[in-house]
This record gives sequence, C-alpha cells and structure tokens, in this order.
Amino acid sequence: MLSSRLPRLGPWIAKRLFTRNYASIYRGRYNQSTRNSFLQPPAFQQLSLNKLYNGAMIGKHNFLSTTSNEGNEQKETISVTFVDKDGEEQHIRVPVGMSMLEAAHENDIELEGACEGSLACSTCHVIVMDVEYYNKLEDPTDEENDMLDLAFGLSETSRLGCQVIAKPELDGIRLAIPAATRNFAVDGYVPKPH
Amino acid sequence: MQNVVILQARKWFSRSLSSFSSNPLKVCVVGSGPAGFYTAEKMLKAHQQAQVDIIDRLPTPFGLVRSGVAPDHPETKSNSIELTLPENLQQIVINQFSRVAQHEQCSFLGNVTLGSSISLSELRKLYHVVVLAYGAESDRSLGIPGESLKGIYSAREFVWWYNGHPDGRNLDPDLKNTDAAVILGQGNVALDVARILLRPTAELATTDIANYALAALEESSIRKVYLVGRRGPAQAACTAKELREILGIRNVDISIQEVDLRLTPADEEELKSNRIKRRVHELLSKAAAKPRTAGLNQRELHFVFFRKPDSFQESEDRTGHVSGVHFEKTVLKGDGPGKQIAIGTGEFEDIKCGLVLKSIGYKSVPVDGLPFDHKKGIVPNFRGRVLSDTSGDPTLLEEGLYVCGWLKRGPTGIVATNLHCAEETVLSISEDIEKGMLISSAALPKPGREGLLQLLQDRDVRIVSFSDWEKIDSEEKRLGSSRNKPREKLSTWDELHKAALE
Repeated sequence: MLSSRLPRLGPWIAKRLFTRNYASIYRGRYNQSTRNSFLQPPAFQQLSLNKLYNGAMIGKHNFLSTTSNEGNEQKETISVTFVDKDGEEQHIRVPVGMSMLEAAHENDIELEGACEGSLACSTCHVIVMDVEYYNKLEDPTDEENDMLDLAFGLSETSRLGCQVIAKPELDGIRLAIPAATRNFAVDGYVPKPH
Repeated sequence: MQNVVILQARKWFSRSLSSFSSNPLKVCVVGSGPAGFYTAEKMLKAHQQAQVDIIDRLPTPFGLVRSGVAPDHPETKSNSIELTLPENLQQIVINQFSRVAQHEQCSFLGNVTLGSSISLSELRKLYHVVVLAYGAESDRSLGIPGESLKGIYSAREFVWWYNGHPDGRNLDPDLKNTDAAVILGQGNVALDVARILLRPTAELATTDIANYALAALEESSIRKVYLVGRRGPAQAACTAKELREILGIRNVDISIQEVDLRLTPADEEELKSNRIKRRVHELLSKAAAKPRTAGLNQRELHFVFFRKPDSFQESEDRTGHVSGVHFEKTVLKGDGPGKQIAIGTGEFEDIKCGLVLKSIGYKSVPVDGLPFDHKKGIVPNFRGRVLSDTSGDPTLLEEGLYVCGWLKRGPTGIVATNLHCAEETVLSISEDIEKGMLISSAALPKPGREGLLQLLQDRDVRIVSFSDWEKIDSEEKRLGSSRNKPREKLSTWDELHKAALE
C-alpha cells in the first residue's frame, strides 16, 4: 500500500525541497549535472525508501535516475523473473509502464513477438506463475482473448506479454515462457484453425 | 540445468561447424511464404556462415501473406500517430521478411518453379539442405455429382481472384445472375469469402483488393450468403475474431436457428476443454438471440448447420451452370468429444444459388521424387525431416531434405504458427548437422547459388531478384496512390514480368 503512494511522494518532496543546495550536495555521488534533471529526497526519507525498495536504488539508481523530460518523474522499476522452457530463470528489472515483451527484448530474453505488440498474434504468450499476480492484472480485452485462443500451451493464467504492463503491484512477478515447439508433435495434437 | 548446458554447447557446436568449414552450408528454401521466410531467418541465425536461397514460382514473394490475407482485414490500425509504425500484421510481417531477403547471405529467386525450372533431385545435388515450404495450392474435392458445373469454385481460387494473384486473374465468377451464394465450410477462409461478398463495396474501394474484383462486386446481385457446415456450431472451424468481424458488418441481417445451437453431451465436453469453440458458440448464441431486422437493401447471412452436400443441381435455363445444392440433413454420431461425425438421415433439402464456393480445405501438390502421403495431403515427416515413405518409420530419412509449413503440417494455423514450425525444422537440421548425418554431403562443397544460377541461365529462366520485386512493389504503390488505395496489384504474368525485368 505504501508502495503505491511512494511514486506520488517522491515528486511531492522534490517539488518542495529541491534547491540548488541539495543538488550540489548530491551531485558528486550521483553524477548529475543539470539542475532540472536531478531529483533527490532528503536523506532521512531516503533511508526508509531504501528499505522498501530493497536495494532497488542502490542496485540501479533507477529510482533516482534522470529522465529526459523535466526530471520531476521517477523511474520506478519492478522485479520480474522470466522462466524459459528449459527451466532457466532470468531476473530483470522492468520500468513501470513498460510491457513484458519490450522488457524481455531489452534483456535478450527469448520471447517472440511476431506482430510487434499489435495484438495480431500469440507468440509473446506467457504464463503468470502465481495466481495472486494474475489476479492483479486487468482483464484481457476481446482482442487479447482472440489471440490467446490461438496460443500454444494455453493455461488458466496465460496472458500476452505485450499486454502485461509493469506496475508497482506486480513487483516480484514470475512469468513462464511456454515450450511452443514441444507441443508440436505431441500425440493427440489438435490442429488449430486458420 | 545439465540439459541447458548441453543445449547451449550443441548450439555453439552447430554454429561453429558451419563457420569453421571452408565450405559454408548451402541451403535452398522452396517457397517464400511465412514458412519459407521464418525458416530462412532461423537458419541464418543458427548457422552464421550459411548461404540461404529462397525460390518461388511467382515473381512476387511472401506467399499467402500477399495473396491470402483478406483486403479488408481490420488489423489496420490507422490511428497510429507514428508514421513509421506499420499499420498491420501483414505489413509488419512483410517488413520482417524483407529484412531477411536483404540479408547479405540470403537471396530471393522468383520465377523459379520446382518441377519445371528445376527438378527436386537437381536441387538436392546443388545444396546441402533443401527445405520445402511451398504450401498447399490445390483443393480437397467433394467427389459428388455436378462438381464440375460452372459457378462452382474453390474458396482458394476465389481468394486468389480478389487478391490479384496471377493464377486467379481469369476466374471471372458471375456475380450478376443470381441473388444467392452457398459457401461450403465454416472455417476462417469461408468467413473471409462471405465477408467480401457481403461488405459494402465503398469499404472495399480503399483496400488493395484487385480492381477487376471490385468492379465485379460493385455490380453483384448477390444478397443472400449461406455458410453451410456438415456438423453443428460446436464443430465450426472458425475463430472468435473472424466470427465477430462478420457478425458486425453493416447492413447485414444474421440468421441462425436457435435449435441448431443445442449441445449434445459430447459437444459440452468439447466446449469445456476448448476456449476457441466456447467463445465461438457464445458469439453464435448471442447473434441467434438478436431480433431479425428486415430493412431495405439488407443483405443476409445465414449460418446453416447439419447439412451435407449430396449433389449440385444444374440450371434448366443455363445449361452447364449450377442452380442449387442438394443437401442431406445430418445428425452427429460418436460419443467421444472431438470424434463426432455427421451421419446422413435420409432427409433432403435444397438451397437455390448461382454461386458455390467450396471452402473445405486446401491440399498440397506433390512433385517428382518427393514422398507424399496422399491421404493426409502432406509430405511424411518427423519433426520436419522428410521420411522416405508413409510407414512412419523415423529411421527412413531422405538425407538433406526437410519440410516446413502447410506441406509439413497440413493446411491449418495462422501466420505465427509457421514461426514455431520453422523453429522445429531448423532444430532438426541443426541436430542432423551436429550428429554428422549430413557430414557426408556437408564435407563436400556444393555449388549452391552459383550452380543454380548457371543451370537456370542454361534453361533461359529469367529470375526475379528481390530488388526486381521492389520495382513491382513501387509500381503497385504508385498505381494505387492515384486511386486512394495502398496499392493496385499487378495481376497478370505479363505485367509482373514487365515491371520486374524491364
């Protein structure tokens, strides 16, 4: 619950406390040069935020990183784990607002996206491994359901990776990439319509 | 974990095999549709030094992505603000395939026909690996009386006709002497052709539909279209998206008998485990429950179930022309879900019509020297490796010969299905290389592209390269722009050759 208020807290603090003095104090540590793109809450609040984000800031400075626009936005990231068809896990950080498909591609994770996220295929099909996370997602639209119909290895918690957008509630989500090719020559395979 | 390590090692090994050898892997892919291009793409990715040639009998690449996608398919998202964003799946896939064709080690060779420009055995001598991905260009037939009457076409031919395929150009279907069309089959292709017959032509005028087809449709007197299936709604082969699309066409009254929507216990089982069928049944039920609207200029779409075509009736006024279809009513027999078949009841019914489109499935065409399963209409294979006969024995392999796409799986699936299909075939190829099964031929350098070009030159075959295709492409776009269409397809062999080769 607190985590959903933090994104609003940051900019609020920044607007009230941001001064040239602060900028100069932290410049050395964070290597920021322009005033407008720098954002830093006061130290005591930073400590508590640290605990909540479990090292997210320390790890990648994403919470405090610059953005190309005016700098009053924070780039929050969440932790996402992809489990590929061989069972190998890859832990990545995904900025809020980015789709899982985009995030996979940025991290060289082998998730196909034949239609480039335009809801015209099902190759970015992922299985949400924990049902609590699945329930936190918005219901799929008719268009997404149409494409999910055609996905290999469809499950009760399947979604299209291009339609799952990172938000703070999804921190820690685990997504399995189904083994499409294995489903292929299985006995009793029902041909899909075209 | 150990499996992963082994898998990675194998990947590295097969990649390096091609790069260490002083003679690179030479691959020929026959067919430039999705199966062909996805195979080429994945081969190039897995074998960094391979040379891949894609041949096609047409001067235009992309197979059904060019000639099979309905012109009005609303994947077109024209409210995208970025001008560089491709408008639809068709365009995205074409861009992707174009990038493959323009890869340094890849060549597209159009106007080259397997079986006439070059035989399969000649091709296998020129290349280490030959992958057949030429799809299914024929049709299943019903084998009932009257099938050769005029006015009866396969849906495949009709699609080729309105999509400007040079082999469909001269179909010339008569849409003016009848008010009814019967479509046999209820898959997505059946829905496509029904939609083209019913859609207001103003909506078609700004698509890339062939201009002669648009003209014919503008003069069409067809007001009633029947989509007829042998079995019930739970067995209809269409998918939710396409069904929703056709149920939403303007000024079309939908007719579905509620009694047909009743489900047998086996039907219920089938729907329980099959999302697609469940959603299709829901859509049909909703449509059946809607009140009928009888307006002026309304066209009608009738979903007819449990009717098996028994024979075609000849017109008394126009000899040699179809005037109706004689159907036998059916019931479903068989207890297992997915195993229900239509059994005739001995009761008959006629539907009068002047146009019949058979949409009961495509069929592949064999070539000399290619093992073929005539029953299934595919090449016998094991994960893409061609088998020498139809016994199913996976040890009787045709060395260096593989299949992908409809020729491998039968005519089902969507564009993206071929992505997974290509992955499997390329994996089989990589495994075979690594296991040394191709070593005997892989160790010898093969003539590959040079050999093919020489042979074709000797036979006076004018090859159409990818940049020649780009000339066709620009010309089509240029012609289209003056008519407010994305392109005006060149649909005769002459026009295509002229644009490409002059």
